[in-house]
Amino acid sequence: MVDITEHFLELVRLAATDLPPDVEISLTQALEREKTGSAARGALETILKNVEIARRDSTPICQDTGTPIFYVYYPEGWSTRRLRAQIESAVAKATQRTYLRPNSVDPLSGKNSGDNLGGNYFPTIHFEEVEGDTLTVDLMLKGGGCENVGAQYSLPNTALGAGRDLTGVRKVVLDAVHKAQGKGCAPGILGIAIGGDRGSSYLASKEVLFGKIAEDNSDPQLAELETRLTEEANQLGIGPMGFGGQTTVLGTKITSLNRLPASYFVSVSYMCWAYRRRRMIFKDGEVQYE
Amino acid sequence: MQELTIPINEETIRCLRVGDPVSLSGVMMTGRDTVHKWMVETFIYNTRQPQGDDLDVYEVIKPLLNGGVIYHCGPVVAGLETREHQFVAAGPTTSIREEPYQGDVMRHFNLRGVIGKGGMGPKTLAACQEVPGVYLHAIGGAASLIAQAVVKVVEVYKLEFGVPEAMWVIEVKDFPAVVTMDSHGGSLHAEIESKSRTVLEELLVIE
Repeated sequence: MVDITEHFLELVRLAATDLPPDVEISLTQALEREKTGSAARGALETILKNVEIARRDSTPICQDTGTPIFYVYYPEGWSTRRLRAQIESAVAKATQRTYLRPNSVDPLSGKNSGDNLGGNYFPTIHFEEVEGDTLTVDLMLKGGGCENVGAQYSLPNTALGAGRDLTGVRKVVLDAVHKAQGKGCAPGILGIAIGGDRGSSYLASKEVLFGKIAEDNSDPQLAELETRLTEEANQLGIGPMGFGGQTTVLGTKITSLNRLPASYFVSVSYMCWAYRRRRMIFKDGEVQYE
Repeated sequence: MQELTIPINEETIRCLRVGDPVSLSGVMMTGRDTVHKWMVETFIYNTRQPQGDDLDVYEVIKPLLNGGVIYHCGPVVAGLETREHQFVAAGPTTSIREEPYQGDVMRHFNLRGVIGKGGMGPKTLAACQEVPGVYLHAIGGAASLIAQAVVKVVEVYKLEFGVPEAMWVIEVKDFPAVVTMDSHGGSLHAEIESKSRTVLEELLVIE
C-alpha cells in the first residue's frame, strides 16, 4: 500500500489555515448586511482580515484547531490499520509545524500529549469501504468553544412546548441557539440530527456539517425547515460574536435517522464561523483537494 | 479608539463604557481553565497545598497582575524546542468557563482587565464594579491576526499544564478589543441575552 502521509499532512494544513470558499462568501454576505460602524460589522471585518492572513501565512485561522475528525472512504484492498498510522503520523507532524495546537488532554491526569494523539478517539477517524478505486478523505476541525454549546433534546420537552414533530424540532433548536448566545463564535452553522440514539444522533449532527452551506436539502420538508430556522435564529438578534446584529447563523443543515419508538432525540451541533472542513481525493496516484 | 497601557489605573477604568473600542499595549499574561482553578485552590481558597514551584511562580505573577490584564487564550506557539517562543495563533477562548473563579481572581490580584470572548456573568460583573476592572472582548477565531499584536513572548510559567493552558507572559502592541462589561454594571452580554430571550419567547408560541 502506498504511503500518503504527506497528502494527509497537506489536508490538515489546508483545513487549519485556508477557510473553504463557500464559508468565506457567506461571511462576506453577512458583513454587507451589518450597519457601517456597528460592532457586528467590525467583528466580521476582523474575521475576514484574519482569514486572509491565515491563508497567506499558512497559520491557523483559529488557535483552537479542535478535534480532527476524519471520514475515510476507501476502496477494497486498502488497510485501515495502515491508513490510521499514516493519519496519526500526519497529525503529529502538523502539530510540530504549528498547523495544529497540541489539543489532546488526558482527562484523568490533565496531561497534554503534545502531539494531538491519544487513544482511539484522538484524532477521530471513521472508516467506510466504498466501491470503485477512489480514496476520499473528509476532514473537519471542530473547536471546543462551539462544541461546548452543542445540545441534545429528548422530545417531548414540556418547558419549551415541543412535541414529537418538526414544530417541536424547530422550538428546541431555537432554544439551543439562544442558549449559545455568542459563546460558540457566532455567526455559526447549525448541524441538526432528528432521531437516532444519543450517540448516533450527535454523530449525524456533525456528519451533516460536511455539506456546503448553500446546498439544498433533498427532502423538501427539511429544506423548508432549514430556511426557516436560519431566518428565525437571525431574528434573535444575537449577531456576530454576540455583539447584536443581523446574522447569528450562516446556515442550517438537517438530517434524520431512524429512532426507537420510545426515543425522539434532536441533536444540535454548533459549528463556529471558522468552519474548517476540507476533502482529499486520491486516485491513480494523483491527489486533489477541495 | 482608546489606547490603554498596562498597568491600567483606576481612573482610566472608570472612564471606560460598554461599546468602547480599545487598543492595549504593554505586558499581559494568558491564563485559562487550569490556571484559574490552580490560582483559586492554591492561593485564594487555600484548599490545596502549594507544590513544586507554585510559590515562586505566585511571587512572580503577583506584580504582573497588579493593575494588569489576564487573557483567556490557549495559543499556538512556535519554537518550543529552542525555547525561542513565538505566538503563531492567539485568539481568545470562551470566558464563561472561568465565571466561578474570575471575580475572586480579580479581587485577589487587583486585576484591571480580563480579555476573552463570549462574555461573563454576574459574579465577574460585580468584581468589575468593585476592583474596578473591565471585561474586554476580542474577536473569537481571529487568531492569526491577533498573534501579530504579540510582539514578544517574555516568559512562560507552568508549561507542564500544556501549551494551551500554560501562563504565557507576553508583550503586546495595539491589541484590539471592545469593552463589553464595564465598571458601572453595564454588560452588553446581559443586554443581548435579555433582548434575544424576548424574541425567543415570541417565536416559541408560534406553532
